[in-house]
Amino acid sequence: MSWTNEQMADEVITFFKPYSSVNLGIGMPTVIAERMPADLNVMIHSENGVLGVSGRPKKDSVSPTLINAGKETVQIGPAASFFDSAMSFGMIRGGHIDYCVLGGMEVDVERGLANWMVPGKKITGMGGAMDLVNGSKQVIIMMNHFSKDGTAKLLKKCVLPLTGKEVVDIVVTEMGVFKPTGSSFKALKLAPGVSLGDLKMDSSLLSN
Amino acid sequence: MKSNSPKVFKDAAAALHDIKSGMTLMSGGFGLCGIAENCIDALTLIDVKDLTVISNNIGNSGRGLVKILIQDKIKKAYCSYVGGNPDLEKRLLSKEIEVELVPQGTFSERIRAAGMGVRAFYTPTGYGTLIAEGKDVKMFDRPCILETALHADFAIIKAQKGDTYGNLWFKETARNFSPLMAMAAKITIVEVEELVEVGEIPAEDIHLPGLFVQRIFQGKNYKNDIEFLITEGV
Repeated sequence: MSWTNEQMADEVITFFKPYSSVNLGIGMPTVIAERMPADLNVMIHSENGVLGVSGRPKKDSVSPTLINAGKETVQIGPAASFFDSAMSFGMIRGGHIDYCVLGGMEVDVERGLANWMVPGKKITGMGGAMDLVNGSKQVIIMMNHFSKDGTAKLLKKCVLPLTGKEVVDIVVTEMGVFKPTGSSFKALKLAPGVSLGDLKMDSSLLSN
Repeated sequence: MKSNSPKVFKDAAAALHDIKSGMTLMSGGFGLCGIAENCIDALTLIDVKDLTVISNNIGNSGRGLVKILIQDKIKKAYCSYVGGNPDLEKRLLSKEIEVELVPQGTFSERIRAAGMGVRAFYTPTGYGTLIAEGKDVKMFDRPCILETALHADFAIIKAQKGDTYGNLWFKETARNFSPLMAMAAKITIVEVEELVEVGEIPAEDIHLPGLFVQRIFQGKNYKNDIEFLITEGV
């Protein structure tokens, strides 16, 4: 039985220390904000210029100028602050943010991440991802284990253009939690009932 | 003071009267949040072309700067993210316009550098990626690439509140790139929802000193579009 997105989010949250700070990427990682236990006191950073994002606004308190990096309406919690983009990226690039959680298209054993373009087909741009992977103290990738054609997205070497080289610390997929070591992925945990054979990865890419 | 201040203009068209083809334009906003709506609408009516535009998203979902993008007024764009902007992604893939994708932190820092008088800086962001191609690499604690300052002829930005000297106060996350762009451009044009007399914004609450603002006007008819409205329990 593979994990749901919510269960994957809970796995990511186990890495967060109390009173730490985290930047959540667009897409799958946004569910983490909704699963975050309030008593963990984690400050959520959004690179468009807010620290202390806390859930969604009530219908009657929506503000068009209070959004996250996914351009979705949010609200703020106690101790929140607003700032410009240079300070926001100073928080990231200066090494002041503890964790970033990003989506991924490919991750490789050498800790490389690709998540910003498919040459000739799709370009979303890197947004803040290249800054986040180089500046955050710990980089966690939360993504589907398999691409649309059914092959594993955890590779020996990324094929797509890199977002960052030697940057990924942890990968959480619906199949398990993995740590790229430089030569393989160490399976830290597998979802209930999932075996190494279910991962569709060459056995040389896996270690215990 | 309001009528005497040489910085106060009647509207967007008056403030943009001397923009010319081939110029470089910075435009504030994150997606559609905090964009200079009046200035962008005025640009759709001004006969300019071959603009170089520096803006994080170049509009989104057919709105914002997309209005002048589809008029073919943009020759080159600097931005960090084109997801959610199919008009731009299409022109980028077909190479109809030149697009330089810049990591968002490098983008804001290049703009900040221009305003601060810094010519260039080294950063690890982008090392080992396509972004690093052709750039000087230097080893510090880790390998870094050289990035240069980004200047502009004009910046168009929006603030919630501004006084007649150009002191500005931004609302929530609408601040984003705007103060940096104001410092990096030769002429900064600001549109505000509330134009007030000097002294009405307490000095310690000023987010951007008016020194960086050359022109300011009272904007009108703000849409303040929300791209993704998500409320509690939805």
